[in-house]
Amino acid sequence: MVWLFYLAAAVALFCTVMVITRLNAVHALLYMVMALLSLALIFFLLGAPFIAALEVIVYAGAIMVLFVFVIMMLNIGPQSVDQERRWFNLSTWRGLVFIAGILLIELIIALRLGFPEPLDVTEVTPHQVSLSLFGPYLLGVELASMLLLAGLVGAYHLGRREQERPKK
Amino acid sequence: MSAWLPWLNIFGVLFGALTTAAMLIWVERRLLAVWQDRYGPNRVGPFGLLQVVADVIKIFTKEDWIPPFADKPVFILAPAVVMTTVLMSFAVIPFAPGIGVVDFNIGLLFFLAMSSLSVYSVMLAGWSSNSKYSLLGGMRSAAQMLSYEVFMGLSLAGVVVMAGSFSLRDIVEAQRNVWFFIPQFLGLVTFLMAGLAETHRLPFDLPEAESELIAGYHSEYSGMKFGMFFVGEYLGIALISSFIVTMFFGGWLGPFLPPFVWFGLKTSVFVALFILLRASLPRPRFDQLMAFAWKAMLPLTLLNLVVTGGLVLAFGF
Repeated sequence: MVWLFYLAAAVALFCTVMVITRLNAVHALLYMVMALLSLALIFFLLGAPFIAALEVIVYAGAIMVLFVFVIMMLNIGPQSVDQERRWFNLSTWRGLVFIAGILLIELIIALRLGFPEPLDVTEVTPHQVSLSLFGPYLLGVELASMLLLAGLVGAYHLGRREQERPKK
Repeated sequence: MSAWLPWLNIFGVLFGALTTAAMLIWVERRLLAVWQDRYGPNRVGPFGLLQVVADVIKIFTKEDWIPPFADKPVFILAPAVVMTTVLMSFAVIPFAPGIGVVDFNIGLLFFLAMSSLSVYSVMLAGWSSNSKYSLLGGMRSAAQMLSYEVFMGLSLAGVVVMAGSFSLRDIVEAQRNVWFFIPQFLGLVTFLMAGLAETHRLPFDLPEAESELIAGYHSEYSGMKFGMFFVGEYLGIALISSFIVTMFFGGWLGPFLPPFVWFGLKTSVFVALFILLRASLPRPRFDQLMAFAWKAMLPLTLLNLVVTGGLVLAFGF
């Protein structure tokens, strides 16, 4: 089981690096979908099949589809790849690599100090997830739904047709 | 013997699904012909049964051409996605006791996940072809499938509430007393609509509307890559039909005949229904299609879910 986890993690890491380095936006998004799918596999291996399924349905299957949809609508041609190539130079990612490097060193030190125990999996069934969601975490669920409703109303307001606006 | 059983299941289901999809091409052409008062393919072999073989030989020997303006890796990936996702979904379908690849306790969610991933196939095909008709087809399908997916999951939620499980085997077992199409009739209707839209069959085949988009997202495809889209569509019909049977019509349950035969019979009825819909209904306009999803189907599924949840909570059946 542990080697399956490391394989999925390696795929996720590789795909994430590819997301950052691809110049073509659609290719980058496809690698991101792959990264999300391998994350779903990791969730599955850690004993959370429900979260794994939701990861695929919501992130890979809906949100990323919307991203691809928007990029298709913009229909950016080869000139955007050239633009990306100009932006993607040393001075852009020098700072980012420095910060990420600090995190990497921290991670290595943390791993050397105490390597966490290999996977001790207890499966969390959909039943248990829903019991805790609508039991102790009910307030959080309600707050999130209110936040989403506000976003929905805001999007509707922004997307409203101009002539339907009432005259002052 | 028992060590071989999983492999037998896997390859049996794979072989069965692909054969069914290939045969559906012939079935559809014959049935359409019957309803349109003509013969259909009846020259090759008995009843024209070998027409499929002839078509396959032809499509394999055709030139498989990739247009120079296409995005090559994505162009090749797109038809593979539809085949993979649909075949993966067949893994969770319980055909009969003991027949079926895997019994997930999240089987239903797995099906929904795979069907939401299959959107990529059409979208990427439309985008990578780099032609305006394909792009229009791809965008239409993205909008259509996203909208219909919203209530596809919700329409099944009523069944989940009544069965108390996401596992498809448990759902079939929960229908021993009464098949779910009676208490969940609204769920059945809405899921059927969503299924039609997900497989983009007529009357919801706007992504590939021949008369306006010249086959839409796959107009640049030829040879076996086109064949993959074609077989993928028929696999989708078989999948949605068997899923309707599992969720609403008691799966393999039925008197006298062996379970697997019952499953096959029920599924065939829905496959025929899909074809009859194609033969009889015209295509709506795209805005009508979207309005239908958001203004009619979504409220209906929500209503169904609220009523089902309330009744189950009140009477606990």
